[in-house]
Amino acid sequence: MDSKIALIESRFLRKDAPDFRPGDTVKVHVKVTEGNRERIQVFEGVIIARQHGGTRETFTVRKISGGVGVERIFPLHCPSVDHIEVVRHGKVRRAKLYYLRKLSGKAARIKERRF
Amino acid sequence: MGMGILGRKLGMTQIFDEKGLSVPVTVVEAGPCSVVAVKSRESDGYTAVSLAFGDIKPSKLNRPERGVFEKKGLDPKKWIREFRIDDTDGFEVGGVVTVELFENGETVDVVGKSKGKGFAGVIKRHHFGGGPASHGASKFHREPGSAGASSSPSHIFKGKTMPGRMGGDRVTVKNLSIAGIDTENNLLLIKGAIPGPRNGLVMIRKQVEAPR
Repeated sequence: MDSKIALIESRFLRKDAPDFRPGDTVKVHVKVTEGNRERIQVFEGVIIARQHGGTRETFTVRKISGGVGVERIFPLHCPSVDHIEVVRHGKVRRAKLYYLRKLSGKAARIKERRF
Repeated sequence: MGMGILGRKLGMTQIFDEKGLSVPVTVVEAGPCSVVAVKSRESDGYTAVSLAFGDIKPSKLNRPERGVFEKKGLDPKKWIREFRIDDTDGFEVGGVVTVELFENGETVDVVGKSKGKGFAGVIKRHHFGGGPASHGASKFHREPGSAGASSSPSHIFKGKTMPGRMGGDRVTVKNLSIAGIDTENNLLLIKGAIPGPRNGLVMIRKQVEAPR
């Protein structure tokens, strides 16, 4: 990429992004606008993918809600993502955890990564 | 036509606006351009401002090209383009045009030379439908089909869309808005795509209200 494009992008990058990887469990605090009121909604789940780079970087969070798998893709640097909180570090051997979609219950557990 | 600036397309990215929505932008390195000539009605028959852009080693230019700059005591540049404007007041040879010409949010027209596609068929070039992919279709998938009727008119009409060279044309895209300006680094962010390859020359032109 051209260094000048990188310069433009650097102004829009999130500086407070925590270090998280696929397999980690996170709480994503999202700003939601209802009419003219703004509130924060929390989406908690497992990171199953991180894609792209620069301002286009996104991450996919998967959770089981009411017995149904729900996935949300968030742009990492989007201002409407208020902040990201890492709850638990997971130990996985893949960059993309799409195999979790076919697993449920005990099989879908992820080992904790210890330091 | 409006005054403008010359620039080099660097590529595309996305930024976030104040509402937090992502905006696709093209980054253009625009200017600083030096004014090489101001054409006047008395001496040239029309009014225009000639701008030069793109640093280049003098040895890369041939003597007539270099002479243009040497005669006026300017640094040699890669490209020279003219902007036809009615009022050339405030522009003089040796002057500089920078991105400060534009304001954030202003709508502009962008002129560039589209990417060459080579010899292209009718599907790519003229959006023909082509033939069926299966159901027994034989050797008729991306063909142009019939070019016209028979003994009447017994010729093919002029302008019949056929395969041929595509791209490499001068293309103007109108009504693009400026999403950001970086005066320090001479960068313009233009919302949306603009014609041409990376590192290609583009002209960014202010819009002039049409006379009523």
